[in-house]
Amino acid sequence: MIPGLGSGSLLAAGAELALVLVLGSLLLGFVRVVRGPSLPDRVMALDMIGLASVSVIVLVAIQTDQAILMDAAIALALISFLGTLAFARFIERRDREERDD
Amino acid sequence: MNSVILRTATRLLIGLLLLFSVFLLLRGHDLPGGGFIGGLVAASAIALYAIAEGFERAFALLRVRPRTLIGVGLSAAVTAGLLAAVAGDVFLTGLWWVREFEAFTLKLSTPLLFDVGVYLVVVGVVLTMLFSLEEH
Repeated sequence: MIPGLGSGSLLAAGAELALVLVLGSLLLGFVRVVRGPSLPDRVMALDMIGLASVSVIVLVAIQTDQAILMDAAIALALISFLGTLAFARFIERRDREERDD
Repeated sequence: MNSVILRTATRLLIGLLLLFSVFLLLRGHDLPGGGFIGGLVAASAIALYAIAEGFERAFALLRVRPRTLIGVGLSAAVTAGLLAAVAGDVFLTGLWWVREFEAFTLKLSTPLLFDVGVYLVVVGVVLTMLFSLEEH
């Protein structure tokens, strides 16, 4: 049990508020993925969604007091930028090929 | 990709990722984890290195061809099953070898050998796909 995590404690209220805010930013991220005028916009939004997902997992871990969820958060935080990296490589290569044509 | 930031971050991250993958592998029997996700994390560590430093250097880091890892992993998994059959139990029965030391208890088992096999197969499969995608 995390100290100070009774119902109505500051940590519980903070986790609740943070969860609402992070879910809002996730939603905005999805809007940017769908609308994003250019490919880099979409890639950045996907990267942001990855980080927001890490926050959601950590906040749920605090709320449900399941320390094991932290492992999922660690794994996602370590891996999530790999996709962004692959996209960056792809964009770079595509731009180079367009210049060569 | 030639980026100083990426190469420096990779040098820090690859050790963390490989350590985390072994941690997941060893914890897998009783808690979330196991050979499969451990192998995936290890494969992403190598993939990160390949993107940052180039695929030739990642190949040199691995030392063996990814396909060899698949073969070794499958052999380890089958051996884990056969050991039980040789001992007179049903194929794939878990055999445990527990030794008490002063500071810790060593628990070796055929499920561990099986999980190590799964780990190697997953690393091998993911890297085989990745390296052949890079060739095209």
